[in-house]
Amino acid sequence: MLYDTLIAPFADFGFMRRALVASLALAVGGSSIGVFLILRRMSLMGDALAHALLPGAALGFMLGGLSLPAMSLGGFLAGMATALASGMIARFTSMREDASFAAAYLTALAAGVLIVSLRGSAVDLMNILFGAILAVDQSALFLVLATATATLAGLAAIYRPLVVECFNPGFLAAMGVRGSLYHYLFLGLAVLNMVAGFQALGTLMALGLILLPAVAASFWAREVWSMTLVAAPIAMASAVIGLLVSFHAGLPSGPVIVLCASLCFLGSLLFGRRASVRVRLAPPVHLRG
Amino acid sequence: MSAALRLVDVTVSYDRHPAVHHVSAEIPAEEMTALVGPNGAGKSTLLKALLGLAPHVEGRIECAARRIAYLPQQAEIDRSFPISVFDTVLLGRWSRFGGYRAAAKSDLDDTRRAIEAVGLAGFERRTIDTLSVGQFQRVLFARLLLQDADLVLLDEPFAAIDSKTVADLMDVIRRWRAERRTIVAVLHDLDQVRRDFPHALLLARALVDSGPTARVLSPENLLKARAMAEAWDGQAAACDVPLRATA
Repeated sequence: MLYDTLIAPFADFGFMRRALVASLALAVGGSSIGVFLILRRMSLMGDALAHALLPGAALGFMLGGLSLPAMSLGGFLAGMATALASGMIARFTSMREDASFAAAYLTALAAGVLIVSLRGSAVDLMNILFGAILAVDQSALFLVLATATATLAGLAAIYRPLVVECFNPGFLAAMGVRGSLYHYLFLGLAVLNMVAGFQALGTLMALGLILLPAVAASFWAREVWSMTLVAAPIAMASAVIGLLVSFHAGLPSGPVIVLCASLCFLGSLLFGRRASVRVRLAPPVHLRG
Repeated sequence: MSAALRLVDVTVSYDRHPAVHHVSAEIPAEEMTALVGPNGAGKSTLLKALLGLAPHVEGRIECAARRIAYLPQQAEIDRSFPISVFDTVLLGRWSRFGGYRAAAKSDLDDTRRAIEAVGLAGFERRTIDTLSVGQFQRVLFARLLLQDADLVLLDEPFAAIDSKTVADLMDVIRRWRAERRTIVAVLHDLDQVRRDFPHALLLARALVDSGPTARVLSPENLLKARAMAEAWDGQAAACDVPLRATA
């Protein structure tokens, strides 16, 4: 019984195995990116960035059909262009970065949908917007694994400057370190993860496995490193449980995985160790002295 | 007396608006100098220019210091960030380990000692979001202690800080002076400046006066500074001196 529920789907079906490996890799790399997105107060900007992949992926789709390398490269270029353009608009005008991100993403989303509809069918559009983790093939799997590896290695390499850049950018500048370099390296890794996530979860939900576990972890852990250590298992559990539920209930897997992460977030919000509803509602302890 | 800093016709501007205008002054070495002036007088901007962090600086800044430590205004730091007191203070040794190397045992020991020196022993593992404003300012002073700088720039070190903490932190500053370091502090409490700081520099975008505190903080000078600050607000955009750097 237990075997049938938990193991058999993966043992019997190759597409489930590939989906499992892909989503676990996404979970490990993405969740640590998510922690930094939250710490930099960029969660909504990250979301906008993920949508901004669309026109690039769509252009890739137009030129190369449903080919993963073309769409991924297009998506990555579009994401980086959006990040750099919004950063530059914010620097050279008085427009705030969140507003310029919102402007860029609405433009990108509209352009992307238009480009896909020029050539593709509604099914193609659905695939790009919402992903198809059960259709992950060997090359997509390699892309996801390479991304996870690059993410962990990259974050390890820039970890300390990046943390200080989030916390006290002026100090880093006074030490003669160019914080913006690490900011853009980090954005590059973030876009890379969104590209990897968009094959599995689509451009609209690519951030689900990146952001939700990190938000959930912020209710449990007190420091940056412990937040990432809590976020990764939450993301991995969401991926595995989501895949199994979608398999047994016959539901689309992407949304179910993201909803599992949402449940973890809700649970943490209610019962977490720090700043959760439970902590707020607990009768205040009146200490002596 | 030798000068730690010499400003020659320094103009600093943001968005084509001069925030510091044609300032020439000397800041004496191994001495405590207060940087005084009304809000918006360009005091923080001048500190940033000294650090090389201001965007458009014209004129010349001659600086004899090898190492500069800087205390930012608290508003510039994300105080909700999940980082411990110990790690925050240890950052003061950044120049030793940078972004990649491990901290030496001596750095860890010095960090513990610095935390003790500012009266926060036992707070090492606390995260900074649990600290009061005064306790957090002590943390930042401990970080300054570790930086071992010959020029210390303090931007409003005592804003919204209680008198006990101010007294403790003033002791730290006096100890720096005894160790022959140069201190420049942006301050608003003129009584404290008269009491503790032998030198002062009065700024209202342009320089009003600099030199011995008793002379600089005369009623006439203070009145002049206020009038200048108010007048400047009205015509800030229209500067008669062309800005080469932004042209």
